[in-house]
Amino acid sequence: MTMFEAILLTIITASTPLLIAAIGQLVVERSGVLNLGMEGMMIMGAACGFAAAILSGNSYIGVLAAIAAGMGMSMIFAVLTLGLAANQVASGLALSIFGLGLSGVIGAPFVGARRDTMARLDLPVLSDLPVIGKALFGQDPFVYASFALVIGVWWFLTRTKPGLILRACGESHASAHALGYPVLKIRLFAILFGGACAGLAGAYLSLVYTPFWSPGMTAGRGWIALAIVVFASWLPWRAMAGAYLFGGITILQLHAQGAGVKIPSQAMAALPYLVTIIALVIIMSRRGGQQSAPASLGVPFVPDR
Amino acid sequence: MRLVLSKRENSSRWMSLLSPLIAVALTIASGAVLFAAMGLDPAKALAIYFLSPISDTWALQELAVKATPLVLISVGLSLCYLSNNWNIGAEGQFVMGAIFGGGIAIATHGVANGPWVFPAMMLAGMIGGAALAMIPAMLKTRLSVNEILTSLMLVYIAELLLDWLVRGPWRDPKGFNFPQSVMFEAEAQTIRLTSDGRINIGTLIALVVVVLAAFLLSRMLKGFEIRLVGEAPRAARFAGFSQSRLTWTVFAISGALAGLAGIIEVGGTMGQLQPTISPGYGFTAIIVAFLGRLNPIGCLIAGVFLAITFIGGENAQIALRLPLDVTRVFQGLLLFFVLACDAFLIYRVRLVRSAPQERSA
Repeated sequence: MTMFEAILLTIITASTPLLIAAIGQLVVERSGVLNLGMEGMMIMGAACGFAAAILSGNSYIGVLAAIAAGMGMSMIFAVLTLGLAANQVASGLALSIFGLGLSGVIGAPFVGARRDTMARLDLPVLSDLPVIGKALFGQDPFVYASFALVIGVWWFLTRTKPGLILRACGESHASAHALGYPVLKIRLFAILFGGACAGLAGAYLSLVYTPFWSPGMTAGRGWIALAIVVFASWLPWRAMAGAYLFGGITILQLHAQGAGVKIPSQAMAALPYLVTIIALVIIMSRRGGQQSAPASLGVPFVPDR
Repeated sequence: MRLVLSKRENSSRWMSLLSPLIAVALTIASGAVLFAAMGLDPAKALAIYFLSPISDTWALQELAVKATPLVLISVGLSLCYLSNNWNIGAEGQFVMGAIFGGGIAIATHGVANGPWVFPAMMLAGMIGGAALAMIPAMLKTRLSVNEILTSLMLVYIAELLLDWLVRGPWRDPKGFNFPQSVMFEAEAQTIRLTSDGRINIGTLIALVVVVLAAFLLSRMLKGFEIRLVGEAPRAARFAGFSQSRLTWTVFAISGALAGLAGIIEVGGTMGQLQPTISPGYGFTAIIVAFLGRLNPIGCLIAGVFLAITFIGGENAQIALRLPLDVTRVFQGLLLFFVLACDAFLIYRVRLVRSAPQERSA
């Protein structure tokens, strides 16, 4: 394997959790809900996924547990913001704080435990392609799942009627309601989908990326995923580009440290966060950056009757 | 079965005082369930959590020391949230205040200096915190970049900056290679209120800030402007209030208060800079602000309560070998319940069985 292939492979590994989480959040935000609890749902996915995988000895059961944990967390958010029309920003923050705490409690007995990373799944023929073969088609199942998610969400949002209705809820919940669509039910499904994606992204961190559990291991990735959605102007393909850009920066940072670049390691570690801010600035300073946001984003909806 | 919300005509004053108390009661009740699930005696665990921090004068002093940064930060955050400015990066502004103020303490180390040192440190701390908070404010007003994400990203950056400083240029040369700065001189430490205790002048400052903020919100035009911009932005525009100038103002105030809390904490409880200087005060203060109903006096009471959970968590770690994360679980639960109880204030919540087919309006 050449150096280039190796770097490409690691970039994909670093980008996949960001991509999965961002795609989930993108659907949530297109339905008009801002869930700032990504970090909390993701870390709960990481903790529960790892715990279940250790207890059962099966990584796939771990993955299912992680998805369930993410959905459970998002359900709390849904009850607060949809059922009780609570402030979405504050509810999301509460979810993040709660998730960081509860994951620490759940993960405490598993600190120090190790597992083998999940087996790669080589796609026949395709993985023998030169240069990109190993990187794209010799990956773990999560990577394929992330590709499938991007395609599926793009198709759903732009090519199907339910996708159109979901976007209508995000643009103007009052109009969608007036047309007879169940706004809250649609948003509930979107939030649960976002939770499932966040849990899956968390499972990737604790089962593949670093095959052990450590408290706070998401290290702000949930927040970066939120930034990627803005960066992507709420479009799935651009979210993919954004996730790979951020993953690339993470890897660049690691390689630069390994190569002994004379920059403090803290400056390199700060790079992804700095780039997040810069990326938001670039997107917003272009013409019409703000207009692409769903018009009802973050506004609670209480049906009138 | 589904929930139906209908807006209340007028919210009762009694309920708005009662609802934070209900939230606290629900948190304690779910704490009991949580402890029972972990195989502990709930009564004993709750006593350690909530009663041991208020059991004697020594513990009460510790409580005041812990509540001080929470109250200072949350009062500033309340001003932000009331006016719809979502500054969630107070943790970073706290760290930046400690860096700016600590810089003065380190620069004057070993030099003859007078009683001006600590006041200068406090001023520098406020400037440091405000400077960091200005970044999201500027990006929001100039480019309408979402302040939630930028203020949060700056937390990580500020923490890494502190980490670099205490491991690099500011490391104590005689400190056996430990990642920490020199001990501050006596003049550079937060002024103590008693000769033997830990309580310091920060607690008094926090009380003054609470009174000033309460006065600002209830009696001054600026306070009216803050509330109006939050509740009725259109009306505020017609009244000629500048939304962006207000954003700058509230971010500056909350950043300065968080920075002040940072330097008071570092000068008071540690006496030096270390890689980690906060157990998450900046994030907990968000909960304090909401539990206090974005009211300065409310923040004071809520700050004391959350300080109890911090100390209770430390005591439980020692006495029951519980992970410190249990504190965060409590704090998250508390915010859930506060938000849920608020809904019952604004809306009449009814459970409707088997909904009749909705007629679209």
